[in-house]
Amino acid sequence: MSSILIKNGRVIDPSQQVDRVADLLIEDGKIVGFDIDQKDHDTIIDASGKIVSPGLVDMHVHLREPGSEEDETVRTGTSAALAGGFTSVACMPNTNPPIDTQGSVEFIHGQAARANNCNVFVVAAISQGREGKELAEIGQLVEAGAVAFSDDGSPVSDHGLMRRALQYCLMFDKTVLSHAEVLELTGGGVMHAGVTAMLLGLGGIPPAAEDVMTARDIALAEATGGRLHMMHVSTGGSVDAVRRAKQRGVRVTAEVTPHHFSLIDESLRSFDSNFKMNPPLRGQGHVTGCIDGLIDGTIDIIASDHAPHAKEKKMQELDRAPFGIVGLETSLALVITKLIEPGHLDWSGALEKMTINPARVLGIDRGTLEIGAAADVTIIDPDVIWRVDPSEFRSRSTNTPFTGHRLKGRADTVIVGGVVKFSRS
Amino acid sequence: MSTELVELGDVPASWTRRHLLGLEDLSADEITLILDKAQAFRDAMGRGRKKIPLLDGLSCVNLFFENSTRTRTSFGLAARRLGADLVDFSVSTSSLSKGETVIDTAKNIEAMGIDTVIVRHRTPGTPHLLAQNLSCSIINAGDGPHEHPTQGLLDILTIRQRLGGIDGLTVALVGDIAHSRTARSNIWGLKKLGAHVIVCGPSTLVSPRWEEVGVEYSYSLDDILPRVDVLNLLRIQFERQCSRPFPSVREYAHLYAMNRERLARTKEDLLVLAPGPINRGVEVTPDVADGPHSAILEQVTNGLAVRMAILCLTAARQ
Repeated sequence: MSSILIKNGRVIDPSQQVDRVADLLIEDGKIVGFDIDQKDHDTIIDASGKIVSPGLVDMHVHLREPGSEEDETVRTGTSAALAGGFTSVACMPNTNPPIDTQGSVEFIHGQAARANNCNVFVVAAISQGREGKELAEIGQLVEAGAVAFSDDGSPVSDHGLMRRALQYCLMFDKTVLSHAEVLELTGGGVMHAGVTAMLLGLGGIPPAAEDVMTARDIALAEATGGRLHMMHVSTGGSVDAVRRAKQRGVRVTAEVTPHHFSLIDESLRSFDSNFKMNPPLRGQGHVTGCIDGLIDGTIDIIASDHAPHAKEKKMQELDRAPFGIVGLETSLALVITKLIEPGHLDWSGALEKMTINPARVLGIDRGTLEIGAAADVTIIDPDVIWRVDPSEFRSRSTNTPFTGHRLKGRADTVIVGGVVKFSRS
Repeated sequence: MSTELVELGDVPASWTRRHLLGLEDLSADEITLILDKAQAFRDAMGRGRKKIPLLDGLSCVNLFFENSTRTRTSFGLAARRLGADLVDFSVSTSSLSKGETVIDTAKNIEAMGIDTVIVRHRTPGTPHLLAQNLSCSIINAGDGPHEHPTQGLLDILTIRQRLGGIDGLTVALVGDIAHSRTARSNIWGLKKLGAHVIVCGPSTLVSPRWEEVGVEYSYSLDDILPRVDVLNLLRIQFERQCSRPFPSVREYAHLYAMNRERLARTKEDLLVLAPGPINRGVEVTPDVADGPHSAILEQVTNGLAVRMAILCLTAARQ
């Protein structure tokens, strides 16, 4: 009978439309409720001045295991997640070998259990070997515990396969997570195809590379009735396409990464590969489009696309450096600094996109402080100002574009299944 | 040391850079300083001075990841005229084919006591990457389509010699602008010194967005010829394009080759430049290339002088 009382915090639970100062009681790994009259507690946490939120869920994370343990492991990645305030992450299958068998799903679960940090939910590959040709054994992967399907890292270029995937996942009520990219249009580009790319003489990735595939995905979701989720949306055009699709009743959701609402393509004037990711940082117009999408609800979810790369990999010529940046340990602070502080979203609106919304897309019982729910809780210090120093990251990798940035807010205490797994004090 | 040597070796306090990565970041004053120094070297060579031993003891390396005969030779001669030691690093026989990274290669070279690295690489930003990781002087000899600062400088020096100055001139860069580092370096240098720049070529290789940085664009060479003071005919970068942005070499030459007919419609003292190597008959016909309007060979001589100037200036700030 282990109980925790979290006192005096501002409890914000978007899933129940709660936003008030209250005491939260946890017992035996479950939420008991708010302002429960009870005398004995094993642990009391004073959350005065803090925000008490359902544990944050990052549904787009690369843990690099198996195969690229030099970049990250399940252990180091989940440790980084805790520091970032996340109680659950969904990891992508573009590992080596890819996650396309029951055994590989179970391996991830085993590693997560051994790490004993945050929850790890597995996104398995859509196609066998992630080769983009034949459907993976989705039914058996679901049985093994896979929560969603994606060939992330790569688009599903074969339209027929994408349609089949949407149709087939339908019977398991699972969502296809789409990496929207037309490879022929990306064509070796390393950054957004705007004026900066032109001036720097760098190959550009046009917005059309994303928009064309987004349109295709939406049309197929509409035709099949399947569940579609657009990952890392970065263009105004794609935000708009999702908006109109939702109006038509298409079962589509969408996510944006913190770097896509914080940075623009001009950052690459430094030629620093820590600004190189796919989809790339775009111009201000696209950033505004993404923020508008967050504000009007077109974009349901904020996810980091945490893509760790060992230092030597990023310290190469710009066209050889791999795409991707880490994000778990800066996500929350960027949401606070770039969205909440300027008034684009309020706390409830922002937390909704990091709790119940991703939980619903993945079909997991998380992201809520309902009575009886798993006691995953994130206590946030909303006011602390801190400087990003990658040498302090718990991630094995340090490839962040935010080094030296002063950000506001971060996770103070993280409780997973009723156990305090991270505490900053 | 003779007075001449002292003067040639003098580096004004206003010069603070130990790298030359591009022209975009240089001020008009810095560019003029380099041109003046290069002119001084040019004059000295014109007076018959072969050896100007200002950099005796300086170790340089030509770190060329891309093919080049003339730029490599030009830097090599420049270093040796100044009394410096220079070695050529040949990519094909290097450890790079064994998987060594660019940075490790460069650091190994630095560990041998190299003072100045002259680097050419197909990827923009590689000289910048080296400048961040090494303590040598880094001179950009061309980083992909991004910049080729010594080429820009020698082009501008040639214009200055022939036409007296840069301010107020209309200079047209013709050809594959999209993939041309020579174009970009020229654009930055020329604009800083007050020229009006036009980029001209097929619409698949010339972006209207150049207007956003104050550069005029045109798809028609014939349209702009009458008002142009200088033509810089860029070489078509067959090796840098992925799939052909124009239907054929013949079509390109038909639309953009500088020939006698076109020459008849230009200003009398039109100056024609071309960075080598020229594809005779593609960008320029032989009679224009070898005629009185052409300064192609002077460019080469100026190239040597510019590179000597850059080696001296950057060495002074190591």
